[in-house]
Amino acid sequence: MIISVASGKGGTGKTLVATSLALSLKDGHKVMVQDCDVEEPNDHIILKPVITDREPVFNLVPRVDEEKCTYCGTCARVCAFNAIAVINEHVLVFPQMCHGCGACSYLCPEKVITEIPKEIGVVERGEADGISFVQGVLTIGEAMAPPVIRKVKEYSNNDYTIIRDVSPGTSCPVVESIKGSDFCLLVTEPTPFGLNDLILAVETVKELGIPCGIVINRAGVGDSKVADYCVKEGIPLLLNIPLSTDIASLYSRGIPLVEGMPQWRDSFIKLEKQIKEIVSERNSNPQR
Amino acid sequence: MKEIVILSGKGGTGKTSVVGSLAVLVKNKVLVDCDVDAADLHLLLNPETKEDNEFWSGQTAVIDENKCIQCGLCQDICRFHAIKNYKVDPLSCEGCGFCSHICKVEAITMQDNLSGYWFVSDTKYGPLVHARLNIAEENSGKLVAEVRKQARQIAEKQNSDYIISDGPPGIGCPVISSLSGARIALLVTEPTLSGIHDLERVISVCRHFGIPAMVCINKYDINLDNSHQIENFCQKQGVYVIARIPFDTVVTEAIVHGMPVVEYSPESKVTGELQNMWVNVLDFIT
Repeated sequence: MIISVASGKGGTGKTLVATSLALSLKDGHKVMVQDCDVEEPNDHIILKPVITDREPVFNLVPRVDEEKCTYCGTCARVCAFNAIAVINEHVLVFPQMCHGCGACSYLCPEKVITEIPKEIGVVERGEADGISFVQGVLTIGEAMAPPVIRKVKEYSNNDYTIIRDVSPGTSCPVVESIKGSDFCLLVTEPTPFGLNDLILAVETVKELGIPCGIVINRAGVGDSKVADYCVKEGIPLLLNIPLSTDIASLYSRGIPLVEGMPQWRDSFIKLEKQIKEIVSERNSNPQR
Repeated sequence: MKEIVILSGKGGTGKTSVVGSLAVLVKNKVLVDCDVDAADLHLLLNPETKEDNEFWSGQTAVIDENKCIQCGLCQDICRFHAIKNYKVDPLSCEGCGFCSHICKVEAITMQDNLSGYWFVSDTKYGPLVHARLNIAEENSGKLVAEVRKQARQIAEKQNSDYIISDGPPGIGCPVISSLSGARIALLVTEPTLSGIHDLERVISVCRHFGIPAMVCINKYDINLDNSHQIENFCQKQGVYVIARIPFDTVVTEAIVHGMPVVEYSPESKVTGELQNMWVNVLDFIT
């Protein structure tokens, strides 16, 4: 089972929930954490994995052999991302814009474009106290997170309960991360910002056809409109984590919640059971 | 006209609360929300929308099944695995158009995407340019570029002194698009280990693109050891820490009331520190 942990709004507690869930389940399950927030991966701060393996992630970008190029301009015309321009007798390539689709090299009539790998990030693998750990790290200055996310997802394995930490927002990195999950936990906070971004996140997971449930973090801080929304939309509210200086203090120091306050372990074990029930019920009634 | 972009790396550190307060404190400016996939600034500024524009960007492949001879070439060459059983998954399609160029029977056309909307609104603090990226859309960086372009045009027309821009979290495409060509980046962080980690990465991004950065430590008193660590790190990097905002529940209360905190609680320490912060920004950029 793959459980994604997403949020819409940033800083609502995705990392807190993902790491607590993983640490609570590890005694009864084979658990893998996949940190797909490749722009700002944070699970490693809490889980402190020993990294044993680093695999660079490449995007294929064009290199034009200008000795043989006839400057016909086909490559620039077919590039949908304006990553290649032909101006008089010069070809300019903008690797940051390139999506690596391969159209330019395939369609070049002179066959003078080769694709060279450009490193855009790295996937790191290791072990954290019995948890299998994978994270993607986007290189500073690189724009495109999805290829790094795809590489992290390649380590998915049916033998594991996979907890996947997702970046904030609702755009392509979020969709890429959530795609293929069995369930999406949406972590929010009970404020107008939390609610506004939660609604967007719910629409996103609905678009992907993935069942979701909600965790309210810092419960008590704002108003009750998030809880009202869950009732109105029929989305299960699975867990409330109260506003607590103890919890905030543990997090600020990088100490796992379920280590500092072991009484929370049962809540996360129960959370996984509820998720499993929702997923299996849905699988037996696929039309819903 | 000087553009100040507020970033953080980590989400939820208080970017929008800082920008909402700058909306009150800074005179003669244009406001812009560059967090186009989870925009929140409008929730503090109560905007009245004057202009509502469609944002068309990118394309999606569509296969005409009447023309398709199921040769499978498109499926083989698509690097994004977006075509299965001679059908395009629009969520996986990146719109490169490779398939449409190589289809031998011209069964594939590229259709334009309505990727979102952008708005020009009036607020009592001045004009606000904001946007809404459609759910699960790509091209957030392009929409950011569009709202910034619109904000600059308004700022030029009105002879504004500043553009204040609420940036997205992270360090990827929309952040780079928010940052390029800005006068300075104001980085809002919090004294948690993840806040520090993400601040370090976003400082590197600013340096990579040659944009000077300044740091505001929000909730600095929730972990003083970590706040000292941030100060030491910034000193080593030659980055000024220009504000230390204490933790106070008035910040959340202000959000619940839909108001900038400096207006909701003008006597609070938070407000005093935000006023100092703007004085420090002015010292730096003038």
